Amino acid sequence: MTFDPAVPSPKIAISVRGLVNAFGPQVVHDGIDLDVREGEILGVVGGSGTGKSVLMRSIIGLQTPVAGDVTIFGHAVMGREDAEMIDIRRRWGVLFQGGALFSTLTVAENVQVPIREYYPRLDAELLDQIASYKVLMTGLPPEAGAKYPAELSGGMRKRAGLARALALDPALLFLDEPTAGLDPIGAAAFDQLTLSLKRTLGLTVFLITHDLDSLYAICDRVAVLADKRVIAVGTIPELLATKHPWIQSYFNGPRGRAAQAALAPAPKIRS
Amino acid sequence: MIEMADFEMDEAGVLHFRGRLTLARIGDIPERLRSLPAPPTAINMSAVERMDTVGAWIVHRLMRDHQATVSGGSAEQLHLLSQMAAADHPMDMTRDRHNPIAQLLAEIGQALLKTGTTLLGLIGFLGAISAAVFSIVSTPTKFRWHAVVQCFDSVGVKALGIVGLMSFMIGLVIAEQGAAQLRANGLEIFTINLIGRLSVRELGVLMTAIMVAGRSGAAFAAQIGTMKLNEEIDAMRTIGVSPIEALVLPRVIACTFMMPLLGFYAAIIAIIGGGLFCWSTLGIPPVTFVARLREVIALTDVWVGLIKAPVFGLIISMTGCFQGMLVESDAEQVGLKTTAAVVQAIFIVIVLDAFFAVFFTQIGWV
Repeated sequence: MTFDPAVPSPKIAISVRGLVNAFGPQVVHDGIDLDVREGEILGVVGGSGTGKSVLMRSIIGLQTPVAGDVTIFGHAVMGREDAEMIDIRRRWGVLFQGGALFSTLTVAENVQVPIREYYPRLDAELLDQIASYKVLMTGLPPEAGAKYPAELSGGMRKRAGLARALALDPALLFLDEPTAGLDPIGAAAFDQLTLSLKRTLGLTVFLITHDLDSLYAICDRVAVLADKRVIAVGTIPELLATKHPWIQSYFNGPRGRAAQAALAPAPKIRS
Repeated sequence: MIEMADFEMDEAGVLHFRGRLTLARIGDIPERLRSLPAPPTAINMSAVERMDTVGAWIVHRLMRDHQATVSGGSAEQLHLLSQMAAADHPMDMTRDRHNPIAQLLAEIGQALLKTGTTLLGLIGFLGAISAAVFSIVSTPTKFRWHAVVQCFDSVGVKALGIVGLMSFMIGLVIAEQGAAQLRANGLEIFTINLIGRLSVRELGVLMTAIMVAGRSGAAFAAQIGTMKLNEEIDAMRTIGVSPIEALVLPRVIACTFMMPLLGFYAAIIAIIGGGLFCWSTLGIPPVTFVARLREVIALTDVWVGLIKAPVFGLIISMTGCFQGMLVESDAEQVGLKTTAAVVQAIFIVIVLDAFFAVFFTQIGWV
């Protein structure tokens, strides 16, 4: 659960420095600094409207920030559209909040879109097999491959979106509230799926979430967005040690305590 | 140039992979593996620098198809291979393609069925609107004046510019084409009959109907469809507001009342366009033009236009709202239903126009 100091992870997958985002006069981020280490699951939390999604969109280049630098795997990515950028871009996969599947394509075809785009000359048989195992790896049943997104439930749509995000075997995975709108069983299963994929594929995961259970269950570290900055980054025990009122009310509120209790070992009965 | 992954097979039938066995560097390995002279008996992975799921899948496929054994892989690589084996299951990729003739027949049947159900649904919808009208008449306080006035504005007032421009052009074209034909027989003066009667009886209303179907009918379908997707319609129902009374009725009323006004306006503008052409090219002064118009246009011609217009307005608004209410599940439907609304509205309007033409001729309004 906690970051083990015995296993050093000196490499930084994403480095954000001095990021400023504003929509008109409204400043969302005012100087964000954040490092995501290679091979970790970093949870990003914050109240509604603190710009968690905007931060993700800035990192992956969907939103042009007012100022700041973003480095991914040692490459500066801000405002670049050259050949090397294409190479960097295929090293990440993104799961959007609603899945963002292409509605006119089946699930299997959705997974094939990124592969066809980057490797148009790939063997057709292999292409089909890749789509097949990717879909099955995300825990969808074999019948799901030929279904259209409209025929899937919310949870299945997220899994299909995850299969597409994993299509290019990315080293970096962005998940935007993957468990929002799922039932607790589905959410827990999705958490375990994320964890097992991370272990199997050696992924670095940037996880935006509101789900306290996810934070406790799978995140190595958590970054807290508040007051237009990242006010703290660390393991949950480290965060609990800080005095910031928002962090305290977040983790020590009734829901935070419940999630904590669910993971802690059963209390010993005093003799 | 990036270095691709590679392999070679030794005499013992052992495949030695080397390099990075990843999607980006897989190159032509699948094709080359297929054309191997003999199936491999074992796979050596000691020279594999890195392997992703695609590489693992290829190795797994060899293991599965040829019962090959693997050696030299790291613990992570072996774990990945076992994960690939777990995810190996045939999967449906696309929908089954049927026999093309059977599919064609099925499509024709489905289209017929759909047309029938749509028509029935439309009649049912007309019933629902009539019921809403009665309920409004019995309790007039429920009538939504504000919404109706807003629809008057969007359907009627905001359409004045485009309908006027279109009608002006059409008037010009009728005059120009008519004059070219009639001039050959020295009957240029009949151009005025053509412009006047055609505009008032037919084209003014028909072209306006097509324009309104494209502008407002489509907008109704898209608005109501989006509200349906957003569960706003369901929210209305739970609050106790009838969506037919709140959304459909104002639009239907506005369209039904605005169509005759717009149609008449279009006819007048078309006549002005034609008149300007007659004046500038044929040398018929406006005074003569208007005097002649008063002789040739019977009052019944005006009635023909004015009677058709509200019916067309009703049809356009009804199909628009009806298709909007049919939207379900996803955003793609909004586009499909909007298209259906416009196509159906224009089609029904033209069919009805033909019926009206026969009817008015029969009752002597020639």
